[in-house]
Amino acid sequence: MKEYYILILLFPLAGFLFNILIGRFLSTKWVSCIGTFSIFGSLIVSIFAILEVFQGKTIEYNVYTWILSDDLKISFGYLIDQLTAVMLFVVCFVGWLIHIYSVGYMHGDPGYSRYFAYLNLFVFSMLLLVMGNNLVMLYFGWEAVGLCSYFLIGFWYEKKSASDAGKKAFIVNRVGDFGFALGIFLLFISVYSLNYTDVFQKIPEIQGKTLNLLGWHVDLITLITLLLFCGAVGKSAQIPLYVWLPDAMEGPTPVSALIHAATMVTAGVFMVSRLSPLYNLSEVALAVVAITGTVTAFYSATIGLVQRDIKRIIAYSTISQIGYMFAACGVVAYGAGVFHLYTHAFFKALLFLGAGSVMHAMAGQLDIYKMGGLKKKMPITYITFLIAALTISGIPGLSGFFSKDEILWYAFASAKPYGKFVWILLTITAALTAFYTFRIVFVAFHGKFRGTEEEFKHVHEAPSIMTIPLIVLAFGSILVGYFSIPHFLDPLLGEPKLVAPDEQKKMVMAFSIIAGLLGIAIAWYMYLAKPTIPEKLTNTFKGVYKILWNKYYVDELYSFLFVKPTLWISYKFIERFTDIRIIEGIVNGVPALIYKISRLIRPVQTGQIQHYAIFMILGIIVFVLMILSM
Amino acid sequence: MIPLSWYLILSATLFSIGLIGFIIRRDLIVMLMCLEIMFNAVNVAFASFSYYNANLTGQIFVLFSIAIAASEAVIGLAIVLAIVRNTGINHSDEINSLRG
Repeated sequence: MKEYYILILLFPLAGFLFNILIGRFLSTKWVSCIGTFSIFGSLIVSIFAILEVFQGKTIEYNVYTWILSDDLKISFGYLIDQLTAVMLFVVCFVGWLIHIYSVGYMHGDPGYSRYFAYLNLFVFSMLLLVMGNNLVMLYFGWEAVGLCSYFLIGFWYEKKSASDAGKKAFIVNRVGDFGFALGIFLLFISVYSLNYTDVFQKIPEIQGKTLNLLGWHVDLITLITLLLFCGAVGKSAQIPLYVWLPDAMEGPTPVSALIHAATMVTAGVFMVSRLSPLYNLSEVALAVVAITGTVTAFYSATIGLVQRDIKRIIAYSTISQIGYMFAACGVVAYGAGVFHLYTHAFFKALLFLGAGSVMHAMAGQLDIYKMGGLKKKMPITYITFLIAALTISGIPGLSGFFSKDEILWYAFASAKPYGKFVWILLTITAALTAFYTFRIVFVAFHGKFRGTEEEFKHVHEAPSIMTIPLIVLAFGSILVGYFSIPHFLDPLLGEPKLVAPDEQKKMVMAFSIIAGLLGIAIAWYMYLAKPTIPEKLTNTFKGVYKILWNKYYVDELYSFLFVKPTLWISYKFIERFTDIRIIEGIVNGVPALIYKISRLIRPVQTGQIQHYAIFMILGIIVFVLMILSM
Repeated sequence: MIPLSWYLILSATLFSIGLIGFIIRRDLIVMLMCLEIMFNAVNVAFASFSYYNANLTGQIFVLFSIAIAASEAVIGLAIVLAIVRNTGINHSDEINSLRG
């Protein structure tokens, strides 16, 4: 049976090949059928796999040896345990719903088959990433999702901003992946294996070993885990490499949903959880993970407060929520982190698809201040969006509450010295999250329409192919929290050690609920009850507003620190010196040299036939004399 | 009987006349004629050696050589004619477009 689980990978791959090769010659009906059913096939097979995992089995199967070179032996094999099972469900199920939604959303786009091909490839890469039983397969999937994100963010490549955003995502990810690759190399030369099971068996041997790095003695495991975390920072959009994610909004909205919910950005959290035995051995790495996550969560939430672009607000909220997951991993509560990943996939996909539905109705309008009062015209979108907003705000009973509360509790009760810091900042972030999410709800869906009359007439509910995924995801957002992922994952990831008594759990919970409700209440007060307040606040705190509106000027800073110097060096050094002097110097210099030498001997050829005759005769005379003299 | 050396002196003289004429004359037609003279000088040497050695091979060679000389003359004249028609030049020192 277990050899059949390769089908989980083969279905989307087949869908990709079909759509990229012959999709363009077929009608859209065929393309969408193949595109969605390939993911549906994966979903069915992975449900079988998940059921097997439920019976307590761990499926590991090596299909074939992929690379064999001396010590390096890498097999193409998959490992399906509890963690992979959760990921499989998220990727296949949410991915499938997004595919269905795309059928409606991308209707009539000239690149329809290309879109579905890339979407399938994206899901394939992510499945490869989560299913691989060694780090090389993880890395392969890791790079492949990066590639697909480039394809899909720059899907409308004729738009300059879209192709730029695609490049930005690719290049920023490259920075993180560089560290990730180094981490894998270092791990390999430390334990001579990359298979998860072997690595985890061998890591106690390298515990406490140090590495001489430019004269500093660095703990080997800390270095490996931090390098690997570099990759996670890039892929999961944490400080300082988060800048690509807001720009990734240039892609079609379902792509954003796919990147943010089911694939790609969750890869970092998955990787850290997968390698939890490694991270557990390094206090420094855990602290870095926790603090990066926490600070990112807070930081991007503050940016989200003032943005006006509906997709950008949700993008910043993704960065923030991924920060929560990393914070959970940092306090050793990997289960809680993955739990949040799992619930987040549902409500974030729902938020994005809801935003897509709004854009669909508003002819691509993104500015929430140009919307308003949409709830009457789009009741299904409104209700589902509201459910997602309530979920992300952590309202009790909905899935987001369970996972967020779990993280906050583990942070609070953690034995780590930074536990309380994480808890405080994340609780504040919870309030901010509720605020900016409900800002969208109140500004875009309530109140009066702010656009023209004509635009308002155009507003309509999305077709049912788009609303059904919304409804399913809304039910998902409500219900998935009742399945306790941390409990399910405990045998694999271990239970964190807690120092706070259980009675305080109520207190932590109360704080998180209060934070969520407070955020909603403030949003309600500011945007519905007293709509003049936001303007007043903006005018009073002009400096703060400006910094937040310009996203702390990080893009400008990076442009100043990295982009401009690179361009300067490229122009002044690479173009002027290397290219013109060295390369063109060689290319043009060799012919010039030949020309000069040949100019010296060219006069021999006078073009006068009699001269040639004389030379011939002289030659003959010389030969005759030589013969005679012998 | 005329000794062999006389024939060879005749041959050498003819060859030298042809050679010097080829080098110093600029007229293309004259140069071709000089070439013919050189050919025939060689033919004389062939024939006389053949006669004195009582071996017919040399005389057969002469026939070959005359045939080749004829075809060479045809090609040479055709080239000269083409040059003269195209450029109006019939002096070899004015034809130098292949100068390096």
